[in-house]
Amino acid sequence: MKVTIDQDKCVASGQCVVAAADVFDQRDEDGIVVLLNAAPPAELAEDVRHAAAVCPALAIEIEE
Amino acid sequence: MTSTVESAGTGTLEIPNFPMARASGCPFDPPPELRARQQEGPLTRVRLWDGSTPWLVTRYAEQRALLADPRISADITRPGYPSPAPITGNSIGFILMDDPEHARLRRMVTAPFMIKRVEALRPAVQKIVDDLIDAMLAGPTPVDLVEAFALPVPSLVICELLGVPYSDHDFFQANSKILIKRDAEPEQRAEALGRLTDYLDNLMSEKLAQPKGDLLSGLAERIKAGELTRPEAARMGVLLLIAGHETTANMIALGTLALLQNPDQLALLRDGDDAKLVAGAVEELLRYLNITHNGRRRVALADIEVGDQVIRAGEGLILANDIGNRDPEIFAEPDRLDLTRDARRHVAFGFGVHQCLGQPLARMELQVVYSTLYRRIPTLRLATELERIPFKHDASVYGVYELPVTW
Repeated sequence: MKVTIDQDKCVASGQCVVAAADVFDQRDEDGIVVLLNAAPPAELAEDVRHAAAVCPALAIEIEE
Repeated sequence: MTSTVESAGTGTLEIPNFPMARASGCPFDPPPELRARQQEGPLTRVRLWDGSTPWLVTRYAEQRALLADPRISADITRPGYPSPAPITGNSIGFILMDDPEHARLRRMVTAPFMIKRVEALRPAVQKIVDDLIDAMLAGPTPVDLVEAFALPVPSLVICELLGVPYSDHDFFQANSKILIKRDAEPEQRAEALGRLTDYLDNLMSEKLAQPKGDLLSGLAERIKAGELTRPEAARMGVLLLIAGHETTANMIALGTLALLQNPDQLALLRDGDDAKLVAGAVEELLRYLNITHNGRRRVALADIEVGDQVIRAGEGLILANDIGNRDPEIFAEPDRLDLTRDARRHVAFGFGVHQCLGQPLARMELQVVYSTLYRRIPTLRLATELERIPFKHDASVYGVYELPVTW
């Protein structure tokens, strides 16, 4: 799995962090998404898919 | 009430008025007319107070797709915007603007709502909740849970976060009540908004002179840096203050009533001690109750195809998230409150770039409340009949005006 994020689209809802805290974080100044792991292991795949699904700004793309 | 019009090509259509009424005896369910329209298709016309006939979007998939579509606008000043009331010239800030202006303003206040900052507030919220429960337990019964608990919890929290004196809560609660009243006169609403804006502007003077670590002081710094005007800062303050207490307060009181009516579900929270169950329960209650029952309002900037229909540029849209969260295509047995289901995809906070800014804070507050109140007062029960509870049918944010409880 390969993950990419779009910080310009991000609206800092933080839902990706709730879904997969090992893969996504928020930068301190404005809460915009930071990618911690662009190639998450299989055991996190479901959480990452959920993060992408609930992102209100469609700022997370996944390549399986 | 319905009216009949001729619609080109499709013959005669009944256009129902919006908003619609809930069925008596079903205070937790969206209006039956919404369900009927959802069964017919994703799009239907409704008639508003001013005679306009915007589209009503009733299904979850179409709601999400449209709310995330850059071809729709949240700008209340655009012709065709389906305003819930006459526009008085006053605005409540970036929730009714489009990017890039919306993004510029929103990003100035996103930091305090990030997950780690909100989590750092959890112990303080737990203490607020525990102290209010202590006070209730020490006092006489019955108690109005709205006044003694549901309203103070989020009001205390948002005051702390913004740097607003809680001692002014009678003032700002009374004015925000007017703002969300569906049938308030435009003048009344404008006056209430004016009072709140003046109040926040005065507070901004204090923050400019003596900044502290709170959110309003952060806005004062932006003013000094020339990134934000004072009127913009005051409007943002009003928006955060209202949104920060009204919505969560209604979720606490209405959620408690829904749980009291579903004792097997309440027992899961009362007898369990599992953070995951509590987090899931909050999502399910958000889905099931969807208290923002005026719908999300937008206007199309271009022609947009939805199924076999076309929303024309300049036409208004109302995305009724309350019925979207009851879409059987997405949520099995949607009218059943089931705290153990995975409800995380709900659209109670909306969707797209305008999705609720304060949702991490709301979630955390509700998690603390729902995991504490019923465990600390396990015999909590209604002190009146359900039929006597005054529901907020006349407010843009649904809930109960009073909730007499005892134990």
